[in-house]
Amino acid sequence: MRVARFLTPLLFAAALFAQHTYTLADIENGGRLYLANCTVCHGPDGDLQPGVNLGRGKFRRASSDDELEQIITKGIPGTGMPSHDLTPQQVESVVAYLRSMAASGHSTLPSGNAARGKAIFEGKGECLNCHRVHGSGSYSGPDLSDIGLVRRTAELEKSLVDPNAEILPDNRVVHVVTKDGKEMTARLLNADTLALLVLDAQGQLHSYSKSDLREYSLMKDSSMPSYKGKLTTQEMGDVVSYMASLKGAETR
Amino acid sequence: MMGRMVHCGLFLVLLADWLPAQVTFDRILSANQEPQNWLTYSGTMLSQRHSQLTQITPQNVKNLQLAWIFQARSLEKFEATSLVVDGVLYTVQPPNDVVALDAATGRTYWVYSYSPSAKARPCCGRVNRGLAVLGDRVFMGTIDARLIALDAKTGKPVWSTQVAKPESGYALTHAPLIVKDKVIVGTAGGEYGIRGFIAAYDVNTGKEVWRFHNIPEPGEPGHETWAGDSWKTGGGSVWVTGSYDSDLNLTYWGIGNPGPDWNGDSRKGDNLYTDSVVALDGDTGKLKWHFQFSPHDEFDYDSVQVPVLVDMEWQGRPRKVMLWANRNGYYYALDRANGQFLTGKPFVKVTWSTGLDERGRPMKATTAASSPEGVLIYPGNQGGTNWYNSSYSPRTGLFYIPSWVEYNTTYYKLPVEYHEGRTFGGAALRANVGRRGATLTRLEDSEGYGAVRAIDPKTGDLKWEFKMSDVTDAGVLTTASDLLFTGGREGYFFGLDARNGQMLWKAIVGGVVASGPMTYAVNGRQYVAVAAGNALFSFALPQ
Ligand code: HEC
Ligand code: HEC
Repeated sequence: MRVARFLTPLLFAAALFAQHTYTLADIENGGRLYLANCTVCHGPDGDLQPGVNLGRGKFRRASSDDELEQIITKGIPGTGMPSHDLTPQQVESVVAYLRSMAASGHSTLPSGNAARGKAIFEGKGECLNCHRVHGSGSYSGPDLSDIGLVRRTAELEKSLVDPNAEILPDNRVVHVVTKDGKEMTARLLNADTLALLVLDAQGQLHSYSKSDLREYSLMKDSSMPSYKGKLTTQEMGDVVSYMASLKGAETR
Repeated sequence: MMGRMVHCGLFLVLLADWLPAQVTFDRILSANQEPQNWLTYSGTMLSQRHSQLTQITPQNVKNLQLAWIFQARSLEKFEATSLVVDGVLYTVQPPNDVVALDAATGRTYWVYSYSPSAKARPCCGRVNRGLAVLGDRVFMGTIDARLIALDAKTGKPVWSTQVAKPESGYALTHAPLIVKDKVIVGTAGGEYGIRGFIAAYDVNTGKEVWRFHNIPEPGEPGHETWAGDSWKTGGGSVWVTGSYDSDLNLTYWGIGNPGPDWNGDSRKGDNLYTDSVVALDGDTGKLKWHFQFSPHDEFDYDSVQVPVLVDMEWQGRPRKVMLWANRNGYYYALDRANGQFLTGKPFVKVTWSTGLDERGRPMKATTAASSPEGVLIYPGNQGGTNWYNSSYSPRTGLFYIPSWVEYNTTYYKLPVEYHEGRTFGGAALRANVGRRGATLTRLEDSEGYGAVRAIDPKTGDLKWEFKMSDVTDAGVLTTASDLLFTGGREGYFFGLDARNGQMLWKAIVGGVVASGPMTYAVNGRQYVAVAAGNALFSFALPQ
């Protein structure tokens, strides 16, 4: 689901940059492979390596798709760019994704300072009242520990300025009333034909059988306030830099 | 006492010797008379997926419990419907390993392991939907476009025929169909600009006997429906097994989308026989009639369904009817002797067309022209239904359709060029039903949901629906005790009342059900088997 939104704005890019034609499925697959294999070094925006920007649709060492495929499969000997053990179809879809990246937006905020951003995040921004990072904070909003790996800066900016514009399927909040009258508002983790699974603000996981609920419905509006006007554009730039630096705990 | 039992046992052994050891074509034709077996992909040649077994009933189904599990040594999609022949269950562990199990215990008799060539280019997973059996042989089509005959008792290959070139995108994904002394398959690969065909092979030698080109070449009727050279890469896959009417000696097959899938500019015309059903002579493969559901399709509306054949009273007279819930969102009834359109009606929301004319041809909506700016269409790219097995119950008279409801796709048309072995699509797609994983947070119908929809085949009217949260890739099985079995993506396997859709039983199978359930019996005990996730489950009543 996350990947889906990560890619939403990239759709038109497929039309613009198609050398071969790529389906959205190619781009989605490619996006997933990019997240799994490339963001560690190149970042979600493709601009983390000095002198390399994968997000512009222009490459120093490649112009055709075939050349890009060669670079991805074989790596660039003598540099930090490794070879990749992917099938030809997977490589094709990664290229589809790279081609699509260029057309999606970039953050308009001034470039920020992550350390200052962290202070705002934990201080006057009160972000931890709702969010969790690296094991501390609240459970009422999404855990942002690896948000820098999965969201591009333009998307982080949008979340701060206009949190209601798009609530991702992963971030939905549900209101439930049980047959014995208990009410709860909690993050919806999973819903199927027979059950609802949620995480409440206290960090308690609940599994409900739908037949035990009197009613349940999605909260239409985000509880997150807009920070437009509350933080200066520089402060927002700082917070975005901080979030872009959140890459999850080192696990290997 | 002891003596009598031995005696009795001996008698059974003698009886067993008397039973036909081999699966003759006559047995397959009258498979309904031995419902303990499941001798062909869709249960019988009429493909109703309706079993005469009645031990499990709406009253006792709540007691159904797991009899055994077979865990596949494979993490690829498990889509096969098993066959059962006299206590032996045959299935396919993906991609192409044939497995013979004791149908009562799930213990393995043998495994035939096949490694498909790395040249295989399956568009949508290295899947296999099942097998055919005849005589003492089991037949499998492979993802690298081979047809292989195995010895049913040992799993050793008897012959193997290369049907088409895998590097050009050709693949075999469906269970073969036996007609007399021939084994029939059709090729997939419509996403790679293949020119699909259906062909019959001699069961004894594997030699090709006839071939029907799904895309007519110059000189053949229907060729005029393709502009220029577009027929050469015209697609026309076969993804699922056909059916057979022995009185008419006709075999019926659904044909897939034209290539390129979503950009029809280079292939002006109706593009026969894509998105059609063809009726072929069982001996020669000659075309008897065809009916095209979606002429000049740009939305990937393959006719990727098994033709369901029903003999029923139609407007006061007995008729040989064919029921078809098409990917394009319409339900159709045709006269299967001549292809005449009898009735048709949407079974889900349809916006690409404003209706069917008196001959069953869709009237295209003017708002539904594909364009670079994008056009939003119901049903979406996966269709109102897809390859998921539908079922007809002669008892309830209802036709049961695994459906994707309230589901749409926006198509953004793109230029496209043919390169051998590369995808040949012509659009970027975006669906309201996103790619869904282990969890799902959909609570509203407008985001698309899966259902079993039961319709009256005479009118197309909806009688009831069983709603799921997620969309579904599971087939439907009905029984003569008015039970209906199906699954979904969420990891449940359901037993419903076929008369009203009420849920009577469920099992948690913990993985996606992307296969059609089937039922069989061994020593008088009825089992219901379904593949889910990477395992095959078999359920039965407690002994
Ligand atoms: C271990 C770190 C690392 C990983 C993982 C990695 N790269 Fe690279 N990549 C680099 C470095 C460093 C360079 C710069 C090489 C140079 O030119 O000095 C580079 C260069 C490139 C270039 C050439 C850029 C240009 O302008 O010509 C492309 C394209 C590229 N990488 C794509 C990818 C893709 C796609 C993936 C994932 C499949 C990936 N990389 C994974 C480190 C990495
Ligand atoms: C009152 C609770 C609350 C506060 C305070 C809050 N948020 Fe949120 N935030 C949420 C909720 C709930 C969501 C999920 C719904 C949505 O997307 O709006 C969310 C979503 C987000 C997202 C999108 C996550 C994604 O998956 O893309 C980001 C980024 C984010 N918040 C950052 C912040 C930052 C930075 C702050 C502080 C400056 C902050 N939030 C303050 C409740 C809050």
